[in-house]
Amino acid sequence: MADTAVGAKTESGSDPSRRDFIHIAAITAAAGGAAAIAWPFIDQMNPSADTLAMASTEFDLTKVADGQQVTLKWRGKPLFVRNRTPAEVQRAVADDSASMKDPQKDADRVKPGKAQWLVLIGSCTHLGCVPTFGGGDYGGWFCPCHGSHYDTSGRIRKGPAPLNLAVPEYEFLSDTKVKIG
Amino acid sequence: MSGHSTYQPKTGIERWLDARLPIVRLGYDSFVDYPTPRNLNYWWTFGGILSLCLASQLITGIILVMHYTPSADHAFASVEHIMRDVNYGWLIRYMHANGASMFFIAVYVHMLRGLYYGSYKAPREVLWILGCVIYLLMMATAFMGYVLPWGQMSFHGAVVITNLFGALPLVGPSITTWLWGGFAVDNATLNRFFSLHYLLPFMIAGVVILHIWALHVVGQNNPTGVEPKSKADTLPFTPYATVKDGFAMSVFLILFATFVFYLPNALGHSDNYIEANPLVTPAHIVPEWYFLPFYAILRAVPDKLLGVLAMFGAIACLFALPWLDTSKVRSMRYRPTAKLHFIIFVVACCILGLCGAKLPDDPVLGHFKTIPLGDADLNSFVWLSRFAALYYFAFFLVILPWLGLVEKTLPVPDSIASPVLSHPAAAPAEATAAPEMKG
Repeated sequence: MADTAVGAKTESGSDPSRRDFIHIAAITAAAGGAAAIAWPFIDQMNPSADTLAMASTEFDLTKVADGQQVTLKWRGKPLFVRNRTPAEVQRAVADDSASMKDPQKDADRVKPGKAQWLVLIGSCTHLGCVPTFGGGDYGGWFCPCHGSHYDTSGRIRKGPAPLNLAVPEYEFLSDTKVKIG
Repeated sequence: MSGHSTYQPKTGIERWLDARLPIVRLGYDSFVDYPTPRNLNYWWTFGGILSLCLASQLITGIILVMHYTPSADHAFASVEHIMRDVNYGWLIRYMHANGASMFFIAVYVHMLRGLYYGSYKAPREVLWILGCVIYLLMMATAFMGYVLPWGQMSFHGAVVITNLFGALPLVGPSITTWLWGGFAVDNATLNRFFSLHYLLPFMIAGVVILHIWALHVVGQNNPTGVEPKSKADTLPFTPYATVKDGFAMSVFLILFATFVFYLPNALGHSDNYIEANPLVTPAHIVPEWYFLPFYAILRAVPDKLLGVLAMFGAIACLFALPWLDTSKVRSMRYRPTAKLHFIIFVVACCILGLCGAKLPDDPVLGHFKTIPLGDADLNSFVWLSRFAALYYFAFFLVILPWLGLVEKTLPVPDSIASPVLSHPAAAPAEATAAPEMKG
């Protein structure tokens, strides 16, 4: 820019396109800077590293007898590990063709060959209350807060909840041990 | 409305300060010489009572924080420590907890007053909207404050309310995780609620200043809904309004003290004396009484997302009210049909409050079944809340816009003073005899 003629031409406003460019560039830089500094203030609200580190757990299935359910605390929420009776599994499979709000086959909610083991996040998909086992019209769980009925596969059958009880990511480490999360 | 200032600094120090920061002049023009409509009734003293409530909540809250520990492991125990060990801790906590209820009683009276006398109409739209903003901030503050003791009811209340955001399509789950700072309501959630519960009252105080500023620009509405036209229509704020508000505050404090000393837990839920346990939900989750009508609207809708939208829509109606009411007559005193609908509206709100406290499927009358309609029996609280919610929305979205066009209104007086001073024949005998003797 050293070659720019000295004198009248360098007055303010004498080169509108150059001035527009400076305005646009300055505003863009300010907006980018504002967004960049805003992000840490938004992201600090997301789960912290120690919370994320506690996100996975191992569980010994021999603690759950036939027809029983154990509730663990996982990620701050209850987790149901249920050892289903053959009758419950049968009922769940028989209902695969029933009309449902969130259609899913029972086989898709358990691991292959491990149909008796049902692992569910014990948080009602309506507003997050903890459903209790043994209530409701379908032999599964019933949410006392707003009356959602779940079947023996944890699928929503009646009431305001929109989705089936969530099955978390888990895998069998051995026949008696699962890793959840 | 303050207009030309009549403040005359008398002493040397007043003159010195007035030339540098005319704050005494501001106070004098706003709260001493300020012209007040002469016909304001006792429904108008709740603004002053609300200032008292805000001050009480700020003072007791700041003190409670000196003894409270915002941690999932210690919050519940620290509240018990306040109740048992801190000198007068029980009194200050009960004042704060019951003070929130008093605050909402006063704000609901204040809002219904504005609704009945058309205080939201031009030129007071901004004044009304600022009031709605204060109400929203109060709701957020009260909700987060209720969570802090980390009892069963407050914890699961927080679970339910934060899960509402999960109803939003696509972004719902990420938003709830972001709000929680984890995978569930936990320590991170408690800490941010505490931080915001401390911040929001100061934001309320800020908006209250804007609210009063807007009030002093447009002037107070009054029971006739007619703007003051001459000096005969107004009285100076001090001593008339000051003494009247002082009396009303004293009566209100008697009610407040009755709750604090004799019924301190009447408005709370006993489950909140059980420490929060994320693995067990109370059989029936109910919010504090002042949220029950909105909770009933939420539950009246069988769909989760639509229920959430209806609940927020119920509050959004208030913001839009200045443009929903099309009537040229401001006060419902001169609108017989609107007055009738206003009374039904208040009843509908009370019914919604009742429905919010009950289990949705329970029968309303007796213990018999009538006809099943949709997902519930007609004789159930869910159906009752549907009818009441329908009226709530109809009042704002249909009745008020429509009535303004068709309603035959009564004659409105020419001025505030005219029914008393200018038309002796139309006024009661004792009023004409000695108008200045009447309160």
